[in-house]
Amino acid sequence: MTATLTLRVEVNGRAYEREVEPRLTLADFLREDLGLKGVHLACEHGFCGSCNVLVDGEAVRSCLMFAIQAHGRSLLTVESLAGPGGELNELQQAFMEHHALQCGFCTPAMLLTAEEFLRVHPGETDERAIREAISGVTCRCTGYQQIVEAIQSVAAGE
Amino acid sequence: MSIEQLPAAARIATETALEEAGKRRWLGKSLNRVEDPRFLRGEGRYIDDISLPGMAHAAIVRSPHAHARIVSIDTSKAEALPGVIRVVTGADVQEHAAPLPSFGAGPIVQDLIAIEKVRHFGEAVAAVVAENRYVAEDACDLIEVEYELLPPVIDPFDARAEGAPLVHEALGTNVAYERTFTFGEVDEAFEEAPRKVQSKLRWPRSTGMPMDTNGAIGDYDPGTGEVTIYANSMNFTYFHWLLAGSLQIPAGKLKVVPVAAGGSFGSKFFMHKVPVFAGFLAKLVGKPVKYVEDRVTHIVSNDHAGSDRWYDAELAFDDDGTFRALRIDCVDDYGAYLQFGTGTHGNGLSQIVGPYRIQHVQYALHAVLTNKNQQGAYRGFGAEVSNWMLERLVDMAARELDMDRVEIRRRNLIAADQFPYRTPTGNIYDSGNYQGVLEKILELGEYEKWVAERDKARAEGRHVGIGVVASNERSVFSSTEFWFWFDQPEFTPTASPESASLQIDPTGQIVVTLHSQCLWGNSPETVVSQVVAEEFDVDPASVVVTYADSQHALPGTGPGGSRFTVMVSGAVAGAAAEVKEKIKRIASHKLEASGEDLEFREGGVNVVGSPERKLSLAEIALAAYMFRLDLPPDVDSGLAAQSTYDHPLTTVPSDDRSDLGIFYPFVGHAWHIGVVELDVETGKLEFLHYAAVHDAGTVVNPKTLNGQIIGGTIQGLGTALYEEYLYDDEGRVRNQVFDTYHLPSSMDVPTMTIEHQETPSPYTPYGIKGAGEGGRMLTPAVLSAAIEDALEPYGVRITTLPISAEQIVEWAASR
Repeated sequence: MTATLTLRVEVNGRAYEREVEPRLTLADFLREDLGLKGVHLACEHGFCGSCNVLVDGEAVRSCLMFAIQAHGRSLLTVESLAGPGGELNELQQAFMEHHALQCGFCTPAMLLTAEEFLRVHPGETDERAIREAISGVTCRCTGYQQIVEAIQSVAAGE
Repeated sequence: MSIEQLPAAARIATETALEEAGKRRWLGKSLNRVEDPRFLRGEGRYIDDISLPGMAHAAIVRSPHAHARIVSIDTSKAEALPGVIRVVTGADVQEHAAPLPSFGAGPIVQDLIAIEKVRHFGEAVAAVVAENRYVAEDACDLIEVEYELLPPVIDPFDARAEGAPLVHEALGTNVAYERTFTFGEVDEAFEEAPRKVQSKLRWPRSTGMPMDTNGAIGDYDPGTGEVTIYANSMNFTYFHWLLAGSLQIPAGKLKVVPVAAGGSFGSKFFMHKVPVFAGFLAKLVGKPVKYVEDRVTHIVSNDHAGSDRWYDAELAFDDDGTFRALRIDCVDDYGAYLQFGTGTHGNGLSQIVGPYRIQHVQYALHAVLTNKNQQGAYRGFGAEVSNWMLERLVDMAARELDMDRVEIRRRNLIAADQFPYRTPTGNIYDSGNYQGVLEKILELGEYEKWVAERDKARAEGRHVGIGVVASNERSVFSSTEFWFWFDQPEFTPTASPESASLQIDPTGQIVVTLHSQCLWGNSPETVVSQVVAEEFDVDPASVVVTYADSQHALPGTGPGGSRFTVMVSGAVAGAAAEVKEKIKRIASHKLEASGEDLEFREGGVNVVGSPERKLSLAEIALAAYMFRLDLPPDVDSGLAAQSTYDHPLTTVPSDDRSDLGIFYPFVGHAWHIGVVELDVETGKLEFLHYAAVHDAGTVVNPKTLNGQIIGGTIQGLGTALYEEYLYDDEGRVRNQVFDTYHLPSSMDVPTMTIEHQETPSPYTPYGIKGAGEGGRMLTPAVLSAAIEDALEPYGVRITTLPISAEQIVEWAASR
C-alpha cells in the first residue's frame, strides 16, 4: 500500500511528475495533489459524471480512473477554460446568459463534456444530439433545458 | 389582525404595487446571475474544497442491520492502523454529547452515534478520525461490531399493530403522533352531497438528492473553548444554538461558517448529524476534522428523506361538479426518528383545498415510526404530496361526472374578487387571478388541439395522453405548522425573520451582508443586487454580497418554504431605506436642497429637475466616513444600517385549533399541461408537449424564476416516474447508488414552454411571492393524469407513484 509509482502527466498544459499510491484515484489526484477543486465528486460510482475531465480530449470519469492510468496523457479540467484574468470563454459565457447553472456542482463536468461535443460536432444544433451528448452528466437543479439552449447557442455561433 | 381587516388594505396595496411596477428600473429584468462566474470557473468553494491546516478526516461505520442491539464493539485493530488518530463509539457520545435536536413529540431520542441499539440500516455505530479519508475508511473495515438482531418493523401498518416490536421502547408505541383536525361541517357535507369519490393513494419516499452531499469541517480552539463548524447547512442561524446544545457548549462559543451548497432541495435544511459530527470529533481530537458524506451514506442516512405516505381520501361534490368537502386519513412512515415532527402535514394544511372553494375539510394524521431512515424536508415540504392527492381526487370526480377535467376545475376555482380568501383551516390566500392563469395555460398548452390529437392517435391505436393540473404554491412560512398540532406546545415559534446589513464603504461601494446561508443553487446575491439596484439605481453587478457567520449573524432563518426572496427583499429594502434617509440628509446639507427634492439616480443623488446638482455615492460616503465636520451637526459618521424583517402576516391559531391561523399566506398559482405518448411494448414515455403558466406575484428575475420552475418540474418528474427508496423485508436499502436510484437525465425530460402572470402580493415587499417549489407541486399529478389518459383503453387508475416503465408494460399486457 505504501509503495508508490511515478506518474508523469500533463494537466491544463503543464507537465507534472508525482509519486502516487497505486490506489489513488485520478479525481483525488487532481483535487488533492494538484489542488484543482473544479473536479467534483458526487457519486464515486461512475454514474453521475460530475467528475468528468478531458483525457486526450475525451470526457472521462475521473472517479473511475486511477491516477497512474493517466500516465503519459494530456488532461484538461474546468480550470483550463477561462482566460488568464478569469475571463469566461464562449461556452461559459453562454451558460451564464442562458442560466444553465444553479448550484454549479455539475457545471465543470457539463462544460467539459459540452466542449468535447462542440469540438467533435462543430455547428451541430440538433436538440436531441445535444441531449444525448450530455446525458452522462446528471444535473439535479436545472432540468437541462437551459443547458441545452446554451450549448445550442454556441453551436449556432450566436 | 383579523380576516375582516384584510380586504381594504389588500386593495390599496395591490393598486400601489401595480402602479410602482411600471416605474421599476431593475426588478423584473432577466439579469445574468452575479453568482455564476465563480462556479463556471470551478471556484465554487464547496465544503469538500476547503482545507484547514493540520486537518484530519473522518469516516463512519454504519449499521448493516435495521434493528439490532449493539453487544460489543472491538476497535483495537482499527486503533492500531498507522494514520488513525481516534476511534469513537456510542460510549464517547454518551459521555461527551447531548442528543440531536428534534421538533417532534415524545421521548424519541436520537444520538449522534447509536448507543445500545441501532434503529435503521445505515445508522452510525462508530467513527474514525485519521490522517486522510483512505486510512479512515480502511480503519472502519477493521472495527468489529457484534449485534444481537431484533425483529425490524418495516411496514407502518404492521408497526401500528398490537405487539409490534418497538422502535423506541421509551415511547411505548410506534405511533409517534395522531390527531384529527376538523374544519367545518364535514360529516354533514358528505351526507348531503349526491356524489363522492374515494381512493387509497400511495406516495413513496424519495429525496432531494443534491449532487453535493452534506459535509462539515469542525475546528476546536482549546484556549477559548470555541468550536467553529464550516458546513453546507442552510438554516444555521435559525438553529445553531440547538447544535451547540448537542455539543454541550454555550451557543456563543459555536461559530457556524456558511459554505456554498451544491444543491439541497430540502436535504440540507437544518442539517444536524453532519455538523455535529465534525464539531464533536474536532473537539475530541483537538484538531480540525472534515466529514463529508459519500453518496451511499447520503442515500442510506442523510438527514432528510421526503414524505412516505398512504392516503385514504375522499371528495364530496354535487352533480354539477361543485366540490363540497374533503376527508383525508393519512399514515405517514417517518422512519426511526421525528426531527421535524409533523411539520410536513402542517405545511400541507396551508393549502389543503388547493385553488378550489372547498368549505369543509377533515384531516387525520397517523405519524408512525419504523426501522427506516428518518424523514426531513424535500421541496414542497409535504404540500406537494397533498396537492397530488387532491388533484388525483379531482380527476376521479371529473371521470365520475363524465365532465372535462378543465371544466370541473374551472367551476371550483376561487374567483379573483374573493381575495384575500380564507381557507377552511384558517390560512389565507393573499391574492390571485386563477381564471387568468387558466386562460393562459389553455392557450399556451394548446389544450383543444391536443385533445383532438389525442383522440386521433387513440383511434390509430397509439397511446397519447394529456395531463392538465392546477396547483397553488404557498410561500413564506411562519413556523406555526410545527406546533399547532399540540394543544400545549413546549414552545411556539412564530417568528421566522430574515436580516440584512447594508453598508456603503468610503469608496461608494455597496456591501450587503446576509445573515443566513442561502447559496444552494438559488440566486440570493442576484436578488439582493437587484433590490439594491432598484433602491439606489446602481449597477447590480457592482454590489458586493457577503455572509455572516453565526456569531455575527442577526436573526435569520434561511431558505425553505419558498420564503427567501420575499424575506430578504424586505430586509434589504429596510436597510436601504435607512441608509437612503441618511444620504438624503447629508446631500441636502451639501447641495443646499430639501431632502424631498432629491432622487437617487445613476449611482448618486441629484436635485429633481437639476441633474447637474449631483453628488455621487462615493462623494457622500467619503464625507460620511472621513469628514465629520462636513456632515449636518446631528448626523453621525458612517453609512450603514441593519434591518430585520419579520413575517408580515401571521396570526395565532385558536385554542381549539378549529382555526390554525394565518401561517403561509403568500400564495402563487400555476397550471401545467403535459402531453405524453407511451410505447406500451417498452414502457417508454415521450413528451409531445409541456406547458406551464405560473403566477408568483411580482417577478424579480424571469430567467432565474424559469430555472426554478423547470428544475422543480423535473424533480417532480423524478418523483412521478423513477424515484423511490426501496427497503427490503429486513429494512436494508436496496438502491444505494445511482444505477438503481435513477435521477432524470437529459434524455428523460421535456422542453417546457413557460409563461408568467403577475398578481402582486399586497403584503410583501414589491409584491413578490415565493416560487421555488411550484414545479414539483404539479408534475406528479400531471404525469399521473397524462399516463392514465394514455392508458384509457385499459381502464388503468393511477394511485401509486412512481409509475415505472415496467408497470406501464404490465398494465397494457394484462388487459
